[in-house]
Amino acid sequence: MQKLTGAKINVITVPFADLYQKILTDFTTGTNSYHVVVFAPQWMADYVEPGYLEDLTPRIEADPALQWNDIGPFFRNFSATYGGRIYTIPLDGDFQMVYYRTDLLEAEGLKPPETWEDYLAIAQKFHGKDLNGDGVPDFGSGIAKRRGAQSYWMFWSIAASFLQSQGTQQGAFFDVNTMEPLTMNEAFERALEIYKETGKHGPPDELNWDVGDSRAAFVTGRCALTLDWGDISTLAIDPEQSKVKDKVGAVILPGTKEVLDRKAGKLVACDQNTCPHAINGVNHAPYAAFGGWSGAINKNAPAKVKDAGYAFLSYMSQPAQANVDVTIGKTGFNPYRISQFENIDLWVKAGMSEAAAKNYLGAIKASLNSPNMVLDLRIPGAQRYQGVVLDTVLSRYLAGELTTKQAMEELTKGWNEITDELGREKQKQAYRASLSIR
Amino acid sequence: MRQTRPSVLPPRTGDAVAAPTRRIPLSRERVVSWADQQAGAVLVLPAVLVILVLSIFPLLFSLYLSLSRFQPVSGGFEIHFRGLANYRKLFVGSEQQQFLGQLARLDTAGWLFFLATGTLTVFLLGRALRSGPLTFPRLLGHGTVALGLLLALWLISRTVVSGGRPGTLVVTWVYVFGGVALQFLIGLLLAALCAQQLPGRRTFRVVFLLPMMLTPVGVAYTFRMLTDTGKGPFAPIANWLGYANVSWVNDPWGARIAVMIGDLWQWTPFMFIVLLAALESQSPEPIEAAIVDGANRWQIFWHITLPQIAPVASTVILIRLIEAFKIVDMPYVLTGGGPGTATESLTLHTYVLWRSLDYGTSAAVAYTLLFVVTFVGIAYVRLLHRRVSEAL
Repeated sequence: MQKLTGAKINVITVPFADLYQKILTDFTTGTNSYHVVVFAPQWMADYVEPGYLEDLTPRIEADPALQWNDIGPFFRNFSATYGGRIYTIPLDGDFQMVYYRTDLLEAEGLKPPETWEDYLAIAQKFHGKDLNGDGVPDFGSGIAKRRGAQSYWMFWSIAASFLQSQGTQQGAFFDVNTMEPLTMNEAFERALEIYKETGKHGPPDELNWDVGDSRAAFVTGRCALTLDWGDISTLAIDPEQSKVKDKVGAVILPGTKEVLDRKAGKLVACDQNTCPHAINGVNHAPYAAFGGWSGAINKNAPAKVKDAGYAFLSYMSQPAQANVDVTIGKTGFNPYRISQFENIDLWVKAGMSEAAAKNYLGAIKASLNSPNMVLDLRIPGAQRYQGVVLDTVLSRYLAGELTTKQAMEELTKGWNEITDELGREKQKQAYRASLSIR
Repeated sequence: MRQTRPSVLPPRTGDAVAAPTRRIPLSRERVVSWADQQAGAVLVLPAVLVILVLSIFPLLFSLYLSLSRFQPVSGGFEIHFRGLANYRKLFVGSEQQQFLGQLARLDTAGWLFFLATGTLTVFLLGRALRSGPLTFPRLLGHGTVALGLLLALWLISRTVVSGGRPGTLVVTWVYVFGGVALQFLIGLLLAALCAQQLPGRRTFRVVFLLPMMLTPVGVAYTFRMLTDTGKGPFAPIANWLGYANVSWVNDPWGARIAVMIGDLWQWTPFMFIVLLAALESQSPEPIEAAIVDGANRWQIFWHITLPQIAPVASTVILIRLIEAFKIVDMPYVLTGGGPGTATESLTLHTYVLWRSLDYGTSAAVAYTLLFVVTFVGIAYVRLLHRRVSEAL
């Protein structure tokens, strides 16, 4: 990079759990030691509202090398944009999918899971059997459920299809008219029960697993199913650690045949009205959890540094660099450019079989093309809603500290408390803005 | 043991300072003496300033934070004063379950525990009061300690004994009192062994001391691996025993015990080394006399060794008590505070809140911790430490 532009980059890495707070503290206190930040677009509301981030719209318009229109519309229009202006450059395409072992399912004549009931049935079938030939019983499902890690995204991947059926703008977290959380109803109860049930077919210490554990377990052949971002497929082709090369299939998040009727708070069967986007009668709601690593520039950085910072982010996102990055598992970057979906050679060159690449990219495409995609919570205090209140409630629920009903009550109470503290009307407007509702 | 020491400082006189105002001609001696008097203050000033800036200011500011709400806004941040709202949230509001725990109704066992320990507390209070003159400060001091103890016992009865669930406050007490007691006992045992004329004792001293030198986070990661029955080094043994599908860190008490074992492993050496020094420095004459009189080993230990090392033991327990309240690395790395909130300590609770920029509630937890530590420290010094030290 120095050779290319003359700019020297000093990279400061921060543990994920501290990232949100570190950046925000640096900006609010006026320290401004970070000039360029790579973070979750999910937190954008907290960064853009007080005016900490540089508006990148004019720079991007004047940068043909970035090939902006090659970036998937969802990432361009939702992840990178806030209030109609572009603030981040996507480096990663994030949403969750379910991964399964093609060899195991084929041997049993099973289809990949379409609903969460299917998921549980498949998990139950393989749980306790030796799945990688080492003589030790393995697990039907393995999901990261550790507290203070990624569990709350995993859970919402299950809950999403029960809560949202009318398209992205319906929102899957709050009622867009009252800002009342969608957490006190039959649909949410069902989602909690399924989430807990997956643990019955999972490893004994699943509550202590983060994605590092679940990914390692899946690629070493210890789980038949897992729930994750796009990283599994690229990790599975890494010859150094994978025992499941070309045995991995990906599929859009399973859905449900019953969805939430928001007025009654009850589950109702899918039909043309209740689930307009259903496929085979199943409502899917792929969840753009986290939103993908994105780069942004500190508005208070010196002008010259801003230019250099932009050049760096643009370079990272340009197809020449990005199309290699997304094929390497350990980067944590997943495909987000149209050219990355269409160019199968890229993936075959990286070590995937053509069938595996088609399957993987197909699942991503199916998710991205879904009009019922769930946008992650992107309002002020998102980290408190999800990272603290939801995360703690889920962990306590799984540990048996709370019953299903208590968990729903605690969560609803906790979320309403934050909403009232930050201002219900203001939060509602922010939530509506994040979903582009006018 | 306490003596009135002669003061080493020269007696203060104001004359030299006041001298110039009385228009007494300046002499070299007067200037030197004036400078001499000021030198102390000037030399201490940098240290005082450093303490003021780095210690007192943050202390007061965090007190203010604990009474307010922090919010990042355009161009900086705002702090709104909210009175006791953050504390209300902890003790009766949405954070109560996590902070105090789930309060169950007292059942028979709970009542029995509370009445037994409560009666003991009141009895000890009465005995302590009778042992000296009944003055108001003593009454107030002892009464406050007893009240604090009763409140703590009541909380324990409702959260642990009666089938409720302990919150971060009680869990921290478990780590502190359970952990320090075990560390002391094991440390004393090891020290007693190493004080014997056994072969290889020098090597053992170094070996026993090693855990203290390691970074706590490293130790925590090691224990995370060790307690993993699925992939860890003990996995084959767990498999062989048929426990491959059991994870003891998924059980609340199992996880707490795992955290305590890690803490025990790390901090017993500190107890060990201090107690060993105390054991080795005790005077041999009383022991020799006791042997001549035909006392057995236990009698010697109980009546001679223990009273001799008591002041040191009491001090080292006090240091560990204060230190143990701040436990964070072990639960954070080992279990992330889980399962649920089972292993979360007060410091970890503070950190979790702080991480999401809820500085107000975070500071309120931190201040409650400060209050508890101060209370326990003062109570310990007044009731136990002083008595043990004065007994000699």
